[in-house]
Amino acid sequence: MRRLIWLSVVLAAAIAYPLLLSSPFQQRLGALVLLYAIAASAWNIVGGYAGQVSVGHVVFFGCGAYAAMGSYSKFGLSPLFGIPGGIVIAVGLAAIIGVPTLRLSGHYFSMATIAVAETMRLIVTNTDWLGAAVGLSGPTVPRNIFDLSFLSSLPYYYLFLVILAITLFITWWMTNSRMGFYLRAIKDSERAARSLGAPASRTKLYAYMLSAAFTSVAGALYAMMFGFVDPESGFGILISVKILIMAALGGAGLLFGPLVGAAILVPLEEISNNWLGGKGAGLTFVLYGAIIVLIARFQPGGLLALFTRPRKPTSETGATHAP
Amino acid sequence: MSFVLVQVIVGGLLLGAVYALFSSGLTLVWGMMNIVNFAHGDFVMLGMYVAYVVYTLMGGGPLLGAPLATLVLATVGVVVYFALIRDIMKGPMLAQILGTFGLALLLRYSVFWWFGANFLSMPQNIVGGTYAFAGLRIEASRLLAGVVALLVTLGLHLLLTRTSLGSKMLAVAEDQTAAQLMGIRPDTMQAIAWGIAAGATGLAGALIANFFYIVPTVGETLGIVAFVTVSLGGFGSVPGALVAGLLIGVIESLSGYLIGAIYKDIVVYVLFLLFLWFRPQGLMGKM
Repeated sequence: MRRLIWLSVVLAAAIAYPLLLSSPFQQRLGALVLLYAIAASAWNIVGGYAGQVSVGHVVFFGCGAYAAMGSYSKFGLSPLFGIPGGIVIAVGLAAIIGVPTLRLSGHYFSMATIAVAETMRLIVTNTDWLGAAVGLSGPTVPRNIFDLSFLSSLPYYYLFLVILAITLFITWWMTNSRMGFYLRAIKDSERAARSLGAPASRTKLYAYMLSAAFTSVAGALYAMMFGFVDPESGFGILISVKILIMAALGGAGLLFGPLVGAAILVPLEEISNNWLGGKGAGLTFVLYGAIIVLIARFQPGGLLALFTRPRKPTSETGATHAP
Repeated sequence: MSFVLVQVIVGGLLLGAVYALFSSGLTLVWGMMNIVNFAHGDFVMLGMYVAYVVYTLMGGGPLLGAPLATLVLATVGVVVYFALIRDIMKGPMLAQILGTFGLALLLRYSVFWWFGANFLSMPQNIVGGTYAFAGLRIEASRLLAGVVALLVTLGLHLLLTRTSLGSKMLAVAEDQTAAQLMGIRPDTMQAIAWGIAAGATGLAGALIANFFYIVPTVGETLGIVAFVTVSLGGFGSVPGALVAGLLIGVIESLSGYLIGAIYKDIVVYVLFLLFLWFRPQGLMGKM
């Protein structure tokens, strides 16, 4: 009951935010927070709940972004039509990466994800059909509402809010399903889970594919809001880094961790970019690196874990995990 | 076989020896502590910048740059071990990967911020001209890098297999508690391993700095190369890393020559993924 009250307060605050703080900068900031929260929440499904650290998650982001822009610039359709295509490609790619590597120790998986993301970036940069280094653009002038090209950030804000709510709901539903129990068991001890008959590799793979699908949607939304995608903004490793660090800072494996992380880091980056201009780019990532190291060293559970510590019982019964 | 092809293969072998050198650092740490250093490529990058700074500020050539880079990076390795690795080793997998990955970013973008994103390079003839050898033309800098890297990698293998220090390190890798009971300090041995591993990257970086492009993001590519080498050679095996490093050097050079320079990285990455599919234990390893 208390959780329900908290949830409605947060939701009401999220709905009211762009109306109360209505300058274009604040609305844009809000939309960006939600967008990154979608991507980070998607990462959380595989990185947090399944405990498989994908460091090349941007590859799915790029699939979605390119599919959305491609459906406009190659076929003259609304970018919306690219979303299903992007999801299919992302999920297929996740299977290709996941099937061999999820059987191995987590390091292999992490490194394979980097290698795939780099391969995709290099291929896309050298493919003329995908705009090579210049990338693809969306509609400059919206033809109708389905082009989802707005001047104000307000429509994007609410669109992202809806998608984030769907992402979080499905994550929550997943954690309460059989799959969620499997995932928790695998994360605690894969060997024990396997010996009790939990299909470890398959469950991890499903989590990875689900995560890929949502990341792809986030990529498509990103491309629609910015109106273009190029190899760096679609497949650059720095996007992976942002997604990863937001989830880890807020709390990997916690439902609202990624949202908290995004709400802290996105404003931080926007402000530091505004202050330092182009020179700040390098410095922002120095700071990100330092934050990641500090989290890993002192608080691997993320900030939210500070508040949920009492819920971590010493005798693991499983029943205490009901949300 | 045409002369050009032989030339390409020799060039690949020489570069591959350097790959083997820094990869044997990664394989040592991975095999001993079961931790993967995602900042390994960025250590090599630091070695390159140390060599560059030695050249620009002190006017010193590779004779000064290489030992200094080895020393600096070995120190970095030991410091990183005590400040970070020792603690995250006991933590969950997430912490291990995040820790070294964050370190990679920290190093990469500190250098980026300080030196800028521009490509830097050392003067082409800093080591001295090009040798013609039975019709082959080999740059002295590449020859020096390849030969030194090969010798040091072999030396590293001997150190691990023939000395008492090597035996102690293997003992810690095998069973920490048992080693401790025999009077070996795991902490010291692991710190030494990190020093050796990072020192190897420093030397490798200083060696390739003489002919490679020097740029803050080079560590990302080199890190993947090291990982591919280790997974090909089987983790924990220095001879495996040597064979795999030479092989990757040749494959990279050949595909750069036959398909095109932009595709050489793609070929290596795809090879890595194929290996994960079909032979995850590496060329020589056992599962």
